[in-house]
Amino acid sequence: MSPVLEWGSTISLYMLLVSMALAFVRVIRGPSLPDRIIALDLIASVVVGILCIHAIRSDEYVYLTAGIALALIAFIGTVALALFIRRGAPH
Amino acid sequence: MLLSAIGLVKMPDLFTRMHAATKVGTVGVSGIVLAVAVHFEQMKVAAPALLIIVFFLATAPIAAHMIGRAAYEMGVELWKGTVIDEWKKQKKSESPPPPG
Repeated sequence: MSPVLEWGSTISLYMLLVSMALAFVRVIRGPSLPDRIIALDLIASVVVGILCIHAIRSDEYVYLTAGIALALIAFIGTVALALFIRRGAPH
Repeated sequence: MLLSAIGLVKMPDLFTRMHAATKVGTVGVSGIVLAVAVHFEQMKVAAPALLIIVFFLATAPIAAHMIGRAAYEMGVELWKGTVIDEWKKQKKSESPPPPG
């Protein structure tokens, strides 16, 4: 792996780590339930990004398939939680 | 993605936070997946990568729309600098509910 690629992927991984931590702060602090749902959705996107960078670092493209599955599950979960709110959830 | 998370923490109310999370998150993931497709230079990698991008582009607006609608109906407070709230005006003008 070229040094540029290695440095770039390392920096990207650290940035994704920071964004995951910030989204987790929003999950804990969020004043309402939809805030927490959006933050969890963002965390799922961050995990897909981490998977893709790991695919580059380890030269294994199989991780992309896991990324597809994770994105699907995140979307289904978000939609289910939104429907749950509309039915009337405890605040 | 980092910008998206910063927006998620800093924005004043739910709806602006949602903008930050969905739009920037989609573009960030699309960029990373595109980088994977360029790195491997194979068709069998580029096809799932394009699939992920298309999937994110299709589902992020749907999820954001459903959450925004549910949150508004739940009664989440808008930011105090919000200048226009068309749904409330519309609801007030048609106070007798339409049949059906």
